[in-house]
Amino acid sequence: MDHLRPVSSGELDGPPGDDAGAAPDLADLLRRAGRADEAAFARLYDATSSRVFGLALRVVRDPAQAEEVTQEVFLEIWRTAGRFDETKGSPFAWILTITHRKAVDRVRSAEASTRRDTTYHQSNQPTDHDTTVEAVQASLEARRVRGALKTLTDVQQEAIGLAYFGGYTHTEVATMLDLPVGTAKTRIRDGLIRLRDALGVGS
Amino acid sequence: MTTPNDIHALSGAYAVDALDDIERAGFERHLTECAECRAEVAGLREAAALLAETTATEPPAALRDRVLADITKVRPLPPETPAAPPVPARRQGRGVRLLAAAAAVVVLGGGAAVVWQQPWQDSTGEAPSVADQVLSAPDARSTSLDFPGGAKATVTHSDSMGKAVLVTEKMPPPPKGMVYQLWLDQPVSGMVSAGVMPVKADQKIMLEGDARTADAAGITIEPEGGSDHPTSDPIALFDFGQGA
Repeated sequence: MDHLRPVSSGELDGPPGDDAGAAPDLADLLRRAGRADEAAFARLYDATSSRVFGLALRVVRDPAQAEEVTQEVFLEIWRTAGRFDETKGSPFAWILTITHRKAVDRVRSAEASTRRDTTYHQSNQPTDHDTTVEAVQASLEARRVRGALKTLTDVQQEAIGLAYFGGYTHTEVATMLDLPVGTAKTRIRDGLIRLRDALGVGS
Repeated sequence: MTTPNDIHALSGAYAVDALDDIERAGFERHLTECAECRAEVAGLREAAALLAETTATEPPAALRDRVLADITKVRPLPPETPAAPPVPARRQGRGVRLLAAAAAVVVLGGGAAVVWQQPWQDSTGEAPSVADQVLSAPDARSTSLDFPGGAKATVTHSDSMGKAVLVTEKMPPPPKGMVYQLWLDQPVSGMVSAGVMPVKADQKIMLEGDARTADAAGITIEPEGGSDHPTSDPIALFDFGQGA
């Protein structure tokens, strides 16, 4: 179903013309969504919702709340699609950045002590069957990312996992990993840089 | 323990939302003047986003229906004006910046909710943490005005941050078809639009523009969409005194 490509309505001056890509052109869908094109937005949802929902679920852990976060995220994407700026990053990163921020805001504002007490070790486990339903499709991309993660040191992996999937601040991460204050942020940065280079993304 | 260079080291933690509010505000300020960090954050966000590939999970089908029903009730925001790249205001020609601001006001016509442009904030509806930073800046100075009827408006500006923030309480809505518009009184250009206020009784708003150079901030009542120049006398004027 990924072969559904946005059909040009003819008003676009420069839709990508190559037939090679199977994935929908997210940037194009965002542009259309910014012009209140609901069909384009639906396609955007179909192309990204499993990543958005999956990340939200991983961070907030409660499926009902993950749904709420996902709903908020897509509403925000709809509202602000016209402001997406391709020169600042990919559509995927933009969407997931919004998702992550909202998910983290959710857990921080809730700041449930139960969550703090019980769950942070789980973030270290790459597959977390008890809280996350395994992805419907284990995509090639996911395998590639897992492979890239293996090039990181253990501490880098742990620090990034706690920050990204756990929603913890670098100061909290330092405490959890018994690192000197100020070291976790360095591990997070070093690790992300290595991940970025291994995956060949970013500027 | 902290060295001036430490701020750069926060790029990774910023990219994965692992800063607390204060750190984030500080780093976002830094981003406005550090192209290197902006590029690094962008790259690290690309990498971080791919982590979501490892947790992909299909949401319930009903969620799709809810989302698609939601959006029919919400108007997409207009694009930001093309002439406003997130480069440090001080390095940009003043004229360019003002033009961009004026254009923004024109584009926003039609009475839509105004969104305060904060290039480094990902979500438009969030509390402006930079505003809080201004309010708590060591050199913050506040001027309050009481209006008949109990409304109160306070402008706080910080020279170190170069920004001013307006906090309103119990502000009555503007007359029909009109808006409250904010201004900064700049030495050379005179009253320069600092944005149109969303209609809300209690709010915290960052004034657009450089508060460091301004002598005062003002509020006028303007036709919907705002004006290039004040078309009426200010209902409030907040004197900054002798700015540093």
